[in-house]
Amino acid sequence: MRQAFCDSMVREQSREDFVFLTGDLGFKALEPLREAIHDRFINAGVAEQNMVSVAAGLARQGFRAWTYSIAPFMFARPFEQIRNDVCLHRLPVIMVGNGGGYGYGVMGATHHAIEDYGVLLTLNGLDALIPAFDSDFTTLIPSLFTTQRPTYLRLGLEEKPKDWTAPPFAPWRKLVSGQAGTLIAVGPIAGSVWASCMERPEETRPNLWCLSQLPVADLPEELWRDISQTPRLVIAEEHVATGSAGSAIALKLARMGGVTSQFRHVTALGYPSGLYGSQKFHRAECGLAPASLLAAFDDKAAL
Amino acid sequence: MSGSRLEAVDCPSVADLACRSRKAKLRLLQMHFESGVGHLGGNLSSLDLLLAIYHDILTSDDQFVLSKGHSAGALYVALWSVGRLTDDDLKQFHRDGTRMSAHPPAQGIEDVLFATGSLGHGVGLAAGLAMGRRFQRRPGRAICLTSDGEWNEGSMWEALIFAKHQDLNNQVIIVDENGLQGFGSTTEVANIAPLADKFRAFGCTTLQINGHDQMALIEAMETRPEEGPLVIVAKTIKGSGVSFMENRMEWHYLPMTAAQYESACVEVANT
Ligand SMILES: [Mg+2]
Repeated sequence: MRQAFCDSMVREQSREDFVFLTGDLGFKALEPLREAIHDRFINAGVAEQNMVSVAAGLARQGFRAWTYSIAPFMFARPFEQIRNDVCLHRLPVIMVGNGGGYGYGVMGATHHAIEDYGVLLTLNGLDALIPAFDSDFTTLIPSLFTTQRPTYLRLGLEEKPKDWTAPPFAPWRKLVSGQAGTLIAVGPIAGSVWASCMERPEETRPNLWCLSQLPVADLPEELWRDISQTPRLVIAEEHVATGSAGSAIALKLARMGGVTSQFRHVTALGYPSGLYGSQKFHRAECGLAPASLLAAFDDKAAL
Repeated sequence: MSGSRLEAVDCPSVADLACRSRKAKLRLLQMHFESGVGHLGGNLSSLDLLLAIYHDILTSDDQFVLSKGHSAGALYVALWSVGRLTDDDLKQFHRDGTRMSAHPPAQGIEDVLFATGSLGHGVGLAAGLAMGRRFQRRPGRAICLTSDGEWNEGSMWEALIFAKHQDLNNQVIIVDENGLQGFGSTTEVANIAPLADKFRAFGCTTLQINGHDQMALIEAMETRPEEGPLVIVAKTIKGSGVSFMENRMEWHYLPMTAAQYESACVEVANT
């Protein structure tokens, strides 16, 4: 996904207002962007707080400023700079966090970002984007050069089968139709369960929806219909429950009078065993593996 | 009364630096007294610097960031002194429904580019402004005023390293070195004196001036080092001009009683 992100960024190289700052990360990934935009590519050093302040200053001067680090160092370390310097002034700084959730796997807990968008969405006027597919960047990146809102972009890995074509980027996308209920997955997790959904007969296959933009936009009519027609609803995300997309969706449903009786929210749980491993290992510990998510739609599974 | 004392200060010319300082001090005291608030010490230490900045230093090409946001009172009075804020504006200081909050607001005052008040942000913000100007090949400088205690913050050194490494010779960092901070003197709390030597060690051209000598700042700002940023350490006195406030911790916080206000005004008016 980082490669696709970089390719799309390179396509914007002729923009005179484009400045990209990295917190000394991006080795073997962002070199093409550095080549393309020369001195507008700034390695701000291992100093994320200052990087965000500088980006705010640049944005105040009319630049489209991007900042980049791995997700935990992008949202947590410079939180006050994001709050005060960027969000209080509604500056359209785009903050890119690579490897959201358990993306950095066995690197350990300091390198995980399972609270990133929840924390950031407490800030007024900020958008969080969680693309699911490499192809998302072709439309997403140009749109981020015109947004007026501070934005956090969480990068992960594309997890769909290679030769499948994803629908174009949208806050809500329906990937699969089924009869057994609805599974809403945030970002790349949607790709990870897509194939497993398709392997199931329609009776035990859920409608699969991918959510890629927060705050949660109004539910599309078709999603509302899916949820109303089949009571079983599972929301899966690589993020802790507090501040989650699932909480926001549940609140929306409550307001719409559509609280379902069979609801499961599958979230990051931290480190239940106290042990570390790959992203897959951590997801499995939290019940976020495709098989666990889909088990909720087995005929007699109780939620 | 004190209001008339302010009116009695008739500065024949804004070039009369001592006179405009006296007048601004009286206005600052009046504003704080009328609003019943403190933070006078740090405002009085910064006031002369801000007057020189707004009257004589800033051109339409320059930008200013008040990193020590707790001196917003002095900033507002300096803006009043150059006619960018009115008496009516200053009357709103600290009131409900005001633009004039105790720390600079995020919006509402054109001359205030950034809401500050949490220490450690201004140098990085100004570095971004300076860098932007350089990309745009625009003249002018990004100037920021910091406190001395503020250099306890790690983000200040992040920003200094950045500005030096990027050679931002269109950035100026002015330090209001009044020797006091939140809960003690700078040497008691986290001693890094002499501060100027630290900036020199980072490779910055560093000047030291008397921060109550407006002409000294005006002259120091004419220095254009080949490599940036320029640092000016301005030695100041917290509570400057009011002897019972000078160098006293409590005036970082306390509001004045009527008697204190009267005696402060008498002293300032007769200096
Ligand atoms: Mg101080």
